[in-house]
Amino acid sequence: MTGGITSPGAGWRQADRGPATQRTGRKRRRRGGGRGRGEVPMVDDVEFTSYYGRQIVKTPVWKSPDVPLYLFLGGAAGSSAILGALADVTGRQALTRTARLTAGGGSILSVVFLIHDLGRPERFLHMLRVLKVTSPLSVGTYILAPFSAAAGATAAVELLGWFPRLKRFGGAVAGVFGGPLATYTGVLLANTAVPSWHEFHTKLPFVFGGSAMAAGGGICMALTPLGESEPARKMAILGAGIELAALRGIEGSDSFLAEPYHEGRPGQFMRAARACTAGGLGLAVLGGRRRWGAVASGALLAAGSLLTRFGVFEAGIASTKDPKYVVVPQRERMAAREAEARSVAR
Amino acid sequence: MTSISSVSAAFTGRDRGNRLYGPVPDVTEQSGYAEEHPKRVGFFTDTSVCIGCKACEVACKEWNTLPMDDSHGVKDALGLSGMSYDNTGQLGANSWRHVAFIEQSRAVDLPMPTFGRPGDDRHDHGTSVAGSGDLNSTATAQASVLNAEALTEFDPQTGQTGADKQVRWLMSSDVCKHCTHAGCLDVCPTGALFRTEFGTVVVQGDICNGCGYCVAACPYGVIDQRKDDGRVFKCTMCYDRLTDGLMPACATACPTQSIQFGDLDELQERADARLATLKAQGVETARLYGRDEDDGVGGDGAFFLLLDEPEVYGLPPDPIVTTRDLPAMWRAAGKAALMMVGVAATAILGSRRGAR
Repeated sequence: MTGGITSPGAGWRQADRGPATQRTGRKRRRRGGGRGRGEVPMVDDVEFTSYYGRQIVKTPVWKSPDVPLYLFLGGAAGSSAILGALADVTGRQALTRTARLTAGGGSILSVVFLIHDLGRPERFLHMLRVLKVTSPLSVGTYILAPFSAAAGATAAVELLGWFPRLKRFGGAVAGVFGGPLATYTGVLLANTAVPSWHEFHTKLPFVFGGSAMAAGGGICMALTPLGESEPARKMAILGAGIELAALRGIEGSDSFLAEPYHEGRPGQFMRAARACTAGGLGLAVLGGRRRWGAVASGALLAAGSLLTRFGVFEAGIASTKDPKYVVVPQRERMAAREAEARSVAR
Repeated sequence: MTSISSVSAAFTGRDRGNRLYGPVPDVTEQSGYAEEHPKRVGFFTDTSVCIGCKACEVACKEWNTLPMDDSHGVKDALGLSGMSYDNTGQLGANSWRHVAFIEQSRAVDLPMPTFGRPGDDRHDHGTSVAGSGDLNSTATAQASVLNAEALTEFDPQTGQTGADKQVRWLMSSDVCKHCTHAGCLDVCPTGALFRTEFGTVVVQGDICNGCGYCVAACPYGVIDQRKDDGRVFKCTMCYDRLTDGLMPACATACPTQSIQFGDLDELQERADARLATLKAQGVETARLYGRDEDDGVGGDGAFFLLLDEPEVYGLPPDPIVTTRDLPAMWRAAGKAALMMVGVAATAILGSRRGAR
């Protein structure tokens, strides 16, 4: 018996399968990245009890290509909108144009994916019945709606060449909502009972913010003439650095709930994301001032951002499917609380 | 208005009325109902008297016209779970009551307190009965046909097999907890989920647009989406029956009063008394689940008396409503958004003007 973690009452064990407790089936795992820190002992082979191994929390019904794509496109559009608004103020016309088209296209597409993911897409407007700050999706709707209206309209008049003043206003509105659009999605995932999302609730907004800048900066860098692409390159480099650092805060943490980010398909996504983002970052630093370098590194950074979204999404999904990710951390929390209560009582 | 103070709690974290977390004296009033609202109602599910008959499941399905589903929540397929007498498997969009079934055994020579019935007593009875005159011939006759010796070794009252093993069956009818701080209700972006005048949590089917946020937000894994419909469904505590002064279907059908329905404060008193009785009888593993108003969800509207750890029944041992941490999340998102503007401004200002 593993006193403290789980102790089934008075020696009762599930009858048909020997001990009712299962083992987490893992003793140690390698720290992500293999950067020379060696093996770090994690939660050692904890026993836990479950109801026939069935999951406790429900797996989110969000569809896999839709929601990660929404997260990616919203992020890229949001960061491009900020870049576009600032580039407009400083008179960089080519960069402004690219950023506005990226923001407009990304926002419209992201709305399409978001609506398509609903169980009843025709009822999308029901989102606008209420505003609830306890619901990140409600808040996000009121970020996405003005953003996509402004960014979409700005991109449209940019293509048509009408109303230059309206364009600047629309671009500024999109720029204001761009940051929140890119980072609220972190709260959207974290404010759930999904163990491996909720655990990192203060880190996910920074992952998504950095990832958004890497993607938006990368796309704008690749599509803007070299003479004006420098700000996009800088934003992409800084964004990729933030993304990698914030991801390290999740993947490298000692938490038991970091495990899904390393294993199986989500682990593959995360490793691919890290490779693309790090590669794109290096290439942008070294060759981003050349045409081919800008295109290649921009594509790599965008791919890295997309893979990050898929990896984080899938890791959360995986963490709902195994009851150990619900039971073990909650048991540890209870044991810690009891220990604290005992030390206070003394 | 209530909604305005709820705004500040989610953003600032200054949660004066415990709007996000912690005990709430009157959750119905906090939800905006006038002071003369009905008392908060609930379920007390006493699993120590549950016989696993699943009358609650059937009554619920019939009253609420829920479609069939298999043991994994896939609709319109009759499926056996292959693991126990439980072929419902879990709560879901089409199963609003779920009777869990667990068979457990334990070695009796463990240095543990038993249920106060030494096995020798029965053995003594057996010999005295067998030795009493006429019955002796009857007993030997039975033994030749039925192997009465083996039969008497197993006592269904205690589950004692006589040898070295004790067996017990745990049965528990699970249901939506109708939390004081309901994650599903907090995160619903359309207002489809709402708190009723009875303090319960209900989905309005004509509002729900199937975004699925509540499915991910429930710490108990109760609410789910009906795939062919797109919307989400869960226990309403028979809202329609409540408004007509009737008990919910499951509580009405329960033949052992394992499912008790009533005013929540009264049920809590009853549960405390029942727990004290069981403890006095030596049932050392009995505990209440969801009764404590200081727990992670502010106490459940539907709470349980369990005979083992919650996770044995498929319940989370220490659920916490996700929105407790929402102020911290919004702050992080705000900082991250400002960081993005800062990075973009740095990138713009730190770059030389391009040749045009």
